[in-house]
Amino acid sequence: MKHDKIQETHQSISGGVHTNRRHDSAEKHVTGRADYCDDIAEPYGTLHAYLGVSTIAHGLIRGIDFSKVLAAPGVVGVLTAEDVPGSNDLSPTGLKDEPVFPTEKTEFHGQPLFAVVAETRDAARRAAELAKIDYEELPHALDPIEATEARYPFVTAPLKLERGDTGKAFADAENRIKGQLAIGGQDHMYLEGHIAFALPGEDDDVVVHSSTQHPSEAQHMVAHVLGVPSNAVTVNVRRMGGGFGGKESQMNLFCAVAAIAAKKWNRPVKIRPDRDQDMTATGKRHDFVVDYDVAFDNDGRIQAVDGTFAARCGYSSDLSGPVTDRALFHADNAYYYPNVLLRSRPMKTNTVSNTAFRGFGGPQGVVAAERMIEEIAYALGKDPLEVRKANFYGDRTDGRNLTPYHQEVEDNILHRLVGELESNADYQARRQAILDHNRQSSVIKKGIALTPLKFGISFTATWYNQAGSLIHIYNDGSIHLNHGGTEMGQGLNTKVAQVVADTLQVDFERIKITKTTTEKVPNTSATAASSGSDLNGMAALNAAEQLKERLVSFAAEAFDVAPEAVIFRNNMVQVGQDVISFDDLVRKAYMARVHLSAAGFYKTPKIHWDRAAGKGRPFYYYAYGAACSEVSVDTLTGEYRIDQTDILHDVGRSLNPILDKGQVEGAFIQGMGWLTTEELWWDKAGRLRTHAPSTYKIPLASDRPRKFDVRLAEWSENKERTIKRSKAVGEPPFMLGISVFEALSMAVASVADYRECPRLDAPATPERVLMAVERLREGG
Amino acid sequence: MTHRTEIRFLLNGTDVTVADVPADRTLLDFLRLEKRLTGTKEGCAEGDCGACTVLVGRLQDGVLKYETVNACIRFLASLNSCHVVTIEHLRGEAGKLHPIQQAIVDFHGSQCGFCTPGFVMSLYALWMENPTPSETEVETAIQGNLCRCTGYQPIVAAAMAANEYGTPANDFLTLEREEISQRLKALIDDQRIVTGPEDNQAIIPANVHDFADALLSHPQATIVAGATDVGLWVTKFMRPIGPAIFINHLNDLKSIRVTDAALTIGAGVTYSEAQGAIIEAFPHLEAYWDRIAGQQVRNMGTIGGNIANGSPIGDTPPVLIALGATITLRKGKDQRSLPLQDFFIEYGKQDRAPGEFVESINIPLPKSGQLDAAYKISKRRDEDISSVAAGFSVRVQNGIMTDCRIAFGGMAGTPQRAAGAEAALEGQPFGEAAFLAAGKALETDFTPLTDWRASAEYRSRVARNLMRRFFLSQTDTTGEPVELLSA
Repeated sequence: MKHDKIQETHQSISGGVHTNRRHDSAEKHVTGRADYCDDIAEPYGTLHAYLGVSTIAHGLIRGIDFSKVLAAPGVVGVLTAEDVPGSNDLSPTGLKDEPVFPTEKTEFHGQPLFAVVAETRDAARRAAELAKIDYEELPHALDPIEATEARYPFVTAPLKLERGDTGKAFADAENRIKGQLAIGGQDHMYLEGHIAFALPGEDDDVVVHSSTQHPSEAQHMVAHVLGVPSNAVTVNVRRMGGGFGGKESQMNLFCAVAAIAAKKWNRPVKIRPDRDQDMTATGKRHDFVVDYDVAFDNDGRIQAVDGTFAARCGYSSDLSGPVTDRALFHADNAYYYPNVLLRSRPMKTNTVSNTAFRGFGGPQGVVAAERMIEEIAYALGKDPLEVRKANFYGDRTDGRNLTPYHQEVEDNILHRLVGELESNADYQARRQAILDHNRQSSVIKKGIALTPLKFGISFTATWYNQAGSLIHIYNDGSIHLNHGGTEMGQGLNTKVAQVVADTLQVDFERIKITKTTTEKVPNTSATAASSGSDLNGMAALNAAEQLKERLVSFAAEAFDVAPEAVIFRNNMVQVGQDVISFDDLVRKAYMARVHLSAAGFYKTPKIHWDRAAGKGRPFYYYAYGAACSEVSVDTLTGEYRIDQTDILHDVGRSLNPILDKGQVEGAFIQGMGWLTTEELWWDKAGRLRTHAPSTYKIPLASDRPRKFDVRLAEWSENKERTIKRSKAVGEPPFMLGISVFEALSMAVASVADYRECPRLDAPATPERVLMAVERLREGG
Repeated sequence: MTHRTEIRFLLNGTDVTVADVPADRTLLDFLRLEKRLTGTKEGCAEGDCGACTVLVGRLQDGVLKYETVNACIRFLASLNSCHVVTIEHLRGEAGKLHPIQQAIVDFHGSQCGFCTPGFVMSLYALWMENPTPSETEVETAIQGNLCRCTGYQPIVAAAMAANEYGTPANDFLTLEREEISQRLKALIDDQRIVTGPEDNQAIIPANVHDFADALLSHPQATIVAGATDVGLWVTKFMRPIGPAIFINHLNDLKSIRVTDAALTIGAGVTYSEAQGAIIEAFPHLEAYWDRIAGQQVRNMGTIGGNIANGSPIGDTPPVLIALGATITLRKGKDQRSLPLQDFFIEYGKQDRAPGEFVESINIPLPKSGQLDAAYKISKRRDEDISSVAAGFSVRVQNGIMTDCRIAFGGMAGTPQRAAGAEAALEGQPFGEAAFLAAGKALETDFTPLTDWRASAEYRSRVARNLMRRFFLSQTDTTGEPVELLSA
């Protein structure tokens, strides 16, 4: 394994674009001085809230007896739906299906029904157990199959994508396979759990500190539940201890409860669930059951695909509409389907309402696409990689570049990217060696898989693709940077500051990165959909360019030179023949009454989407990647080890290669965890039993591939005019983990001489692997 | 009897005296809420994520030793005469970052940063003991630390390069070792400590005899050794534990004795403390031992506690039963011994009378011709609770198997011997036929349950297959590996 230390490269200024600038908070992280929401000093008189939750999966609430709660030491009071002064509704899409606290019935085990407010968190937490809830139990349905049988409704309108004539294509097909695949969900397991801390102010005002990816929505939700205008509510977030989508809508509840209590008692109120409550009361990645029907010719080329994607959405819609939409958008992955019909089934279930998680439904679509490839390969006795390549998107010249949603793929680099990885990773020779090994070895079987990825970048809710920024230059030349994105570890603040440093040609250190707050940049979008740098980088560029323009025109006038003769370079400004420091220019500009503050704005061009028609260009561009993983499986126990993974990933022209590499590595491991050891397990009563790290197993350092080589495709450049021609990186590499799942599948298939697709469901726990091995050994 | 009512310890550079310490007060809450040392984070409050990792230094036989622990499940009352070192105390030379911190910065080992202080502490402890670790040693040291952002690659790289940033010889804790030892010595007296409110009292006995006396007068007290289980009673289930008797500091319970016939381990010996002696005597436990929990829990948890809590899924009972271990229980001055397997009566019920405690574990050394193996099956390889754990021991003389002891965890309400499987092997020639029959016999030996860790069917199949693994691993005709190695 390579352990070479990566040096930061220096151009003229420190921390310009396309350099390996370290995370701006790195020194604070390692010294424990980086403040998270729970580290903020609490003012005297701070109260603590804790949620009381449902202990059944579905039932009418006849009444709640709070007498023991209220008598418990330290308790100040309880909050129920009656205490919500405004609207008792937190649904992010406006469907009004998600109350702060329900009034009539509970719809999942662990649903928050009330909150206890007490002098200490410990007192609130203990007292929350003391309520006596009188239920009338109703039958429950926990997964999409049970929900379908029980005729449960969709939580939101389903989507259909259609192109070509699937009926005819299936009728004419040379080969046809139907199958079903179950794909498990995933808990975010951010190390910092949910938290909100509200401080009451005068009039209707309240300030909420939270760990949220979407401060604007939290602001709007708090205003909505308090029944006050948004201008009364300020939401702040300096940084999160991880988000991964879990803090896009799920923190709204905590912000609302803290704010309601803070206004009710006129005291600061903090709410922080413990890990178990965080995992049971807040949403996760959607589980899917996919029914697929694929027609293909004898060369393995797909002729038609019919897919139905049923998702466990939970009791409310939350973001399930766009999540299940994105599953369909990625059910093609990298492959051209000449005829295609895809349908989503966003099923209501009596489980926690599922939500955003890195990839946002896309990964489940990609897994389904790769399952169909596997089916074809085993049916025809081919290497799955050969089938993959035969089905790659083409370009305009061969007409194989149209997606199921009628967007043309205009920036396809699959052939080059996969070809390079195939050769770098020595795929063909290693596959042959593995086939040989498997013939010799009876207990330990190996597998290898090289899987590609194409991922669409933009919010499919087109209006979300906008961003704002605010930059002040103070008269000492120091710069204050603010934008609407939130920092959750991805290094967004670092990248945006690099853009500003580059634009003004000043050292990175001169720029103060400040907390995200709804007071500075309004109406922001969630930091989600991998869009953070694309959107906020451009908005900051816009603000920095405005300031630069003002300084240029001031300098040109003051020094009587042409504007073209004013050049910013390395903390200095050349003005005609003169060179002055940036500080001097700023000082002079201030004295001359030049406005040194600018608000920037950006909206993504070209995109549009007609959901009813299933047509449009929802994505500005695509990011690509490929991974090759080799595994060893113990066929006596189902245990496995990842021997090697090689990755080649496309981030366009990287703003910061070392941070992007960190995203790729981390996303791969997280994706691998999703498909291997991370299992959500509900008992029959609807109680999630894997609800903390003791029972829910995310990867450890020792689960990493024994050899792990991650490279960025340095030759790639975004064809679209994105920020410095870079590409989004947050979500796409998550799906590279699928290579591990496919490699495990090959190792399993070896026990029946690769004649049968093992049809592993995800996650492929050691148990699922062993059961598949034994099923294949026993003859299917 | 005279006793004092406050505990005394060193917190970073400061002497701390805390009076009225409730039994269930955790170190993490003390640090964050009372001292506002907020660099130590709560990630899970169950000792599984490592975000709360701190160092605890303690004098043992006059030698000051630092170990990582999970502050979330470590009770404040267990820290008397200890030195607690948190992330805030770390420093390098001349105002610079500590070498571990600088390496993590340079290798881009933090993203969201929430887990980072815990990783720094774990890697700091590793570096003090082993400044040039192998990759596997790094992985073992951070088994108890979760990171959800980085995928660990840069953290491991930083750990392996840390020694280039500075050596332990110049480290502040090394330089202050003598001074800290003196300050800790000054805190030690021979008094029992009784502290905390009446209904939540912590009793810290002066020595093992005082412990025996205290338990006689408080027979219903919770005995807290490593707190890796009792800690969760408090943090997860909010169960009252008072009165609680803390015994982790009792050197009398930490003896490790080897004779020609047996290895005897005091009930207070932690997994980490036992590791060397265990592996020396029972080499087949080497890989297994590293898979018991994570490093912090191995530093806290005791073998005695793993037995005494009676769990059906503890890691050590099956392998110790297979080795023929006996335990000694003590009540007041009276002692009695029994085979370990007989201690486990049924789920939730052990052969321990009120006022009685586990004092030591006696493990016979292998005899000639004895073949031993230990297997752990879990969803995740490291830091997981077993779905199935198994200890195998058979003695082969002239090709015939005798003294067959096979014990499983996770297959019944208690760790249990597989009587039918043992009978199928006993007196038989060592060969595939006997092991096939033994595998078959497991079907009647056990009726396992389905839960979130594994289904009943998987448990049964795996148990049967482990019988085959044991046979294959002891035969080794082809040289072909029959199980995955960690590296």
